[in-house]
Amino acid sequence: MTTTGTAPVWKNPVVRWIDERLPLFTLMHESAVAYPAPRNLNYWWNYGSLALFVLVIMIATGVVLAMHYTPHTSMAFDSIERIMRDVNYGWLIRYVHMNGASAFFIVVYIHLFRGLYYGSYKAPRELLWIIGVVIILIMMATAFMGYVLVWGQMSFWGATVITNLFSAIPLVGDNIVAWLWGGFSVDNPTLNRFFSLHYLLPMVILGLVVLHLWALHTVKSNNPIGVDIKSPGDTIPFHPYYTIKDFFGVGVFMIGYMGFVFFAPNFFGEPDNYIVANPLVTPPHIVPEWYLLPFYAILRAITFDIWFIPAKLIGVVTMFASILILMLLPWLDLSKVRSARFRPVHRQFFWVLVIDCFVLGYVGANPPEGYFIPLGQAATAYYFLHFLVVIPLVSLFERPKAVPDSISAAVLKKA
Amino acid sequence: MSSTATTAPGAPGPHGASEADDAKSRRDFLIVATGAVGAVGTGLAVWPLIDSMNPAADVLALASTEVDLTPIQVGQAITVTWRGKPVFIRHRRDEEIRKAREEDADGLIHPEKDSARAKKPEWLIMVGVCTHLGCIPLGQKAGEPKGEFGGWFCPCHGSHYDTSGRIRKGPAPKNLEIPPYAFVTDTTVKIG
Repeated sequence: MTTTGTAPVWKNPVVRWIDERLPLFTLMHESAVAYPAPRNLNYWWNYGSLALFVLVIMIATGVVLAMHYTPHTSMAFDSIERIMRDVNYGWLIRYVHMNGASAFFIVVYIHLFRGLYYGSYKAPRELLWIIGVVIILIMMATAFMGYVLVWGQMSFWGATVITNLFSAIPLVGDNIVAWLWGGFSVDNPTLNRFFSLHYLLPMVILGLVVLHLWALHTVKSNNPIGVDIKSPGDTIPFHPYYTIKDFFGVGVFMIGYMGFVFFAPNFFGEPDNYIVANPLVTPPHIVPEWYLLPFYAILRAITFDIWFIPAKLIGVVTMFASILILMLLPWLDLSKVRSARFRPVHRQFFWVLVIDCFVLGYVGANPPEGYFIPLGQAATAYYFLHFLVVIPLVSLFERPKAVPDSISAAVLKKA
Repeated sequence: MSSTATTAPGAPGPHGASEADDAKSRRDFLIVATGAVGAVGTGLAVWPLIDSMNPAADVLALASTEVDLTPIQVGQAITVTWRGKPVFIRHRRDEEIRKAREEDADGLIHPEKDSARAKKPEWLIMVGVCTHLGCIPLGQKAGEPKGEFGGWFCPCHGSHYDTSGRIRKGPAPKNLEIPPYAFVTDTTVKIG
């Protein structure tokens, strides 16, 4: 194959025959080889391809696990213990899948905060950003349902608490909950549908990832200085420059990920989930997996009614709003400068938000007593103030530092 | 519509203005009608898929539960299962009943009289599922915390229920639910 200008010419007759009828090879060439990427991307730009890598691992291990799993309340827990003890390499596949969920959220959260820091949500990348937020929402639903499939105590009671959230909906709440359960409590019909959806939703995520990449390759990657690509000199081809960099990142990432898989496979889990589900005994302290803790803290922060609206409904609405508010970000941040590198005030508040999210996670992991209640309420209030007040005001009144003329100008100045 | 593309809107057609307008409105009607029938048809086709997720006939046909109350001493409580949920049955002490009745007038979050919640004052029968997010409150067994009002305490998010199972403090919006039940004899109760 040789590249003349933009369109590749395929020498292999079979490849050429296919490509003339369905330009699959040309598409792959344009998206993974010739794609003009900004020449100044730093390591924070590794996390997108890393997330795709983890998604592929999750689907591959998940498909195999489904071959050994039984979605029935009387057999689910035992079938997983069988995977752990009897199925060849079952322990490995399950631990890779289990820790893969945590790895996926670590990668995706870093990817999200990368976008927040460098203003990747701003025009023309609004839709790219919104698709990303939708992917995170569906990831949360998928992870939650996967956790229920284990049918341990935390699975059962986590499912009970989360599905009961929908009973907060006025008038039809109880009917909706019965519809979600397929009964009067979390039971076999619930487990069956969660299994079905846990298999379906990753495919939906895969479809959304294709849209996410399509949008990315239409508007092109943002970069650490947030200045648009202005000339061919601002870019380098994706291959070999970023393929090699991404592979290096995969190597580093796998050291950490496999470190957990082999040496601390239950580090992120709850011991209670190795007790089979018992509908008559609630564990003393129900906590979701770590990646949902900040949202759990926001849910529990609302302990008071507002006018005639009950606290439970406000808590649920607030929790969902905490994610949906990210979709409005492109229109809340009015600054013309994308990268926080040139926005001294915005940058400081970015780190306040990061700390706030950690505080929310800490509150979510603890029982709703004592000073955790006001702390959770303060952190929740800041979270919303950050997006609704701080970001718009800072973007209006901040004086940004001088932004380089172009990517190549910035790179050459540094060299 | 491409078939009318040669005729500018409002311009007289080959057979005069009125006929062209007539054909246009007729076509619009056909399109709207087709769309409406299509939407209704899609809705009808999708409904079985949605409704299939509702509780099935065998789930709905759950038998009621009969409980013999004779072994339950004053001050004791038992938990039975009905529709996959725990049902609390407490043989209340006189002071618990008195306390519940005295507090009828206190500022309740979900006002209900104790007499309306217990058909026989000594037997309090209710669904043992916290009305907040569905955890099972503690307080059935002797050593368990009973909350600030001497009834039940939900450990998940800190809801306190009184000796009548009414919500008094915490995030739960409603009192513990009273299931349909009837006394078959003086010492046997049928739930459901």
